[in-house]
Amino acid sequence: MSIAAERAPGQVLVIGVGNEYRGDDCAGLKVVRALAALPLENAAFLELPGEGTELIEAWRGQERVMVIDASSSGAKSGAITRIDAGKSALPPGFFNYSTHAFGLAEAVETARNLGILPRDFIIYAIEGSAFDQGAPVSQCVEEAVRKLTGLISAEFQPLYSQIR
Amino acid sequence: MAKTASRIIKVDELARVEGEGALRLRIRDGVIRDVKFRIHEPPRFFEALLRGRIYSDAPDITSRICGICPVAYIMGASQAMEDALGVQVTGPLRDLRRLVYCGEWIESHVLHVFLLHAPDFLGYEDAILISKDHPELVATALRLKKLGNRILEVIGGRAIHPVNLKVGGVYKIPSRAAIRSLRDELQWAVETSLELVKAVSGFEFPDYSYDYNCVALKHKDEYAICEGRLVSSAGLDIPVSEFENHFGEEHVAHSNALHGASDTGAPYLVGPIARYNLNFDQLSPLARTAAQEAGLPRKVDNPFLSIVVRMVEVLYACEEALSLAEAYEEPDEACIDIVPAAGEGFGCTEAPRGICYHHYRLDEQGRITFARIMPPTSQNQKQIERDLWGVVERYMELPDDKLKWRCEQAIRNYDPCISCATHFLKLDVDRG
Repeated sequence: MSIAAERAPGQVLVIGVGNEYRGDDCAGLKVVRALAALPLENAAFLELPGEGTELIEAWRGQERVMVIDASSSGAKSGAITRIDAGKSALPPGFFNYSTHAFGLAEAVETARNLGILPRDFIIYAIEGSAFDQGAPVSQCVEEAVRKLTGLISAEFQPLYSQIR
Repeated sequence: MAKTASRIIKVDELARVEGEGALRLRIRDGVIRDVKFRIHEPPRFFEALLRGRIYSDAPDITSRICGICPVAYIMGASQAMEDALGVQVTGPLRDLRRLVYCGEWIESHVLHVFLLHAPDFLGYEDAILISKDHPELVATALRLKKLGNRILEVIGGRAIHPVNLKVGGVYKIPSRAAIRSLRDELQWAVETSLELVKAVSGFEFPDYSYDYNCVALKHKDEYAICEGRLVSSAGLDIPVSEFENHFGEEHVAHSNALHGASDTGAPYLVGPIARYNLNFDQLSPLARTAAQEAGLPRKVDNPFLSIVVRMVEVLYACEEALSLAEAYEEPDEACIDIVPAAGEGFGCTEAPRGICYHHYRLDEQGRITFARIMPPTSQNQKQIERDLWGVVERYMELPDDKLKWRCEQAIRNYDPCISCATHFLKLDVDRG
C-alpha cells in the first residue's frame, strides 16, 4: 500500500505497524490495508515497520492517530486489545516482542514526555503467536484482522466522519 | 555478595540493541570461567538467496538485511558488482553515494548515542526516562536523526530500504534543488553536533582499556566511508580483494552468527573507534578540534568512549554532507551502462558499525554463482566477548545487578546490529 499521510484538519491518521515477513507481526499492516479499501471518510493510512523515531515523526503535528500493531503479552492468540494511549501510559512489556531497539511503546511514552503525543491516540493490538521469519499468519490472527477491521470501521464512522 | 560464591549472571533479553541475543557469564570463586555472547536470531541465508539471481538484484536484496543500515548493504553490493563488471562510479554519482552514506551515519549514530546508549551513562533504564528529565536533549536528537533520514529520502526515495540506488548509479537523478534544500538543516546540524559532542563528553566513563587491533578502510583523500584500502593498527595495508586472506569467520556452538577473526584467530575491532584511531588525521579540522576538546586521546583504547567517537563522526558526517550538498551538480546520466558478464568482485564500505564486506562471482549472464557477506557485528563478536571478559575481571566486585548493567553497557559500546549478524540478547551470569 502506498504511504499516504496527507495532513488535513480533523483527519485521522491510521498507522499499521509490522513486518510482513514475520508471521503474525504483520497483523497491523493487514488491518490497515483492509481499512484503506473501505470508504472511510477523513482518514489517511500509513504502513511503517515500527522504528520508534520514524513513528514519532509520522504522528508529529497530527491530532488524531490510530495505531494497529501486533502484541506479544501472553494473552490468547488473536485477542484484540484497545488502549487509549492519549489518556494513559502503555502497559510495560505489552509490545515487547519487537526486536526494534526503540519501538512503539518507547515512541509513545517519549512523545508524551516531549508534549508531542497527539491528543486523540488509540492503539489496537492483535495478540500474535507466530513471529518467525517467513512464518504464515496464524488462523486466529487472520480472524482477528477481519474482526478488528469491522470493529474499527464501525467505530470510525460515528466517531470521526463528522469531524471536519 | 561472598567473593567465594559461584555466580551466574544472565541477561536473557538484552534491551536497546537491534535484534535478539543473550549474554551468559559463569564465575567460580571470583574467577571467570566462561563468557558467551549469544546471538539466537535464526540465520537468514541471504547468501544462498542471492545465488542464481541477476547481479542487479543484489543491492535491493541485501539492503533487506538491515533497516538501520540498508545503505551499507546497497553500497557494498553495488561496489562489488561494479568491480566484477569493470565499472567505476565517479563524479556527482559518487558524491551522491557519499552524501547518502553520511545520512545513514547520522541517523544510525544519533539513534544509538541518545536513545540506546546514553541511558547507560545517565543511569536510566531507557530513553523514555531521559526524555522526561532532559526533553530538550531528546527533541534535538530526534531532529538530528530526522535529518539523517531526510537525506536518505531525498537521494534514496525513502528512509528505510531506499529504492533509488543501483549498481552503476541511481534510477532517478535527485534534483539540485532537492539536494540544496538540505543545506539549512545541515548548517544547524553542524552547530548542534558540536554542542552534543561536548554534552556526551561530560558523561562518566568506566575504567577499562584494551589494545585493539583496529581494522578500517583508508582512503588517500578523505575520511573513508564508501571506499578505500583495508588497513589495521597491526600494520596491514591491503586491497579489499585480499580481505579473506587475512580475516575469516568461524562457527561457534553458542551463537547463530559466525564470529569474525583474523588469520591468527585473534579478535579485531571494526567501527567508529577503529576508524577514528586509523584515520584521525582525515577528519575535518572542526571534528579533530571537537574530539580534542572532548578529551578524546589520539588513540582511543577505552571502548566506553565509543559514544563520544560516534558523536564526533556525526559532526563530521554533517559537515561532509553540507559540503557535498553545496557542491552538488546533477550528473548527466543517472547510471553507467553495464553489460552483464562473468566476473568476480569485491566491495567494502564503512557501515556505521564498521566495515561491511561483500564478495560475489557472476556467470556470463551476470547471474550470481557465489556470494559472501561479512557484516560488522559478526566481525566484532569475538572482540565483544573479549571486552566482556576484561570488563568482568575489572568489575568483579560489583553486585550482580550492577555487573549486569556494566556488561550490557559494554555490549552497547558496539551498537551491535544483531539482526545483521545473523541475527537479541539475554545476560546470564553464573557464579554457581
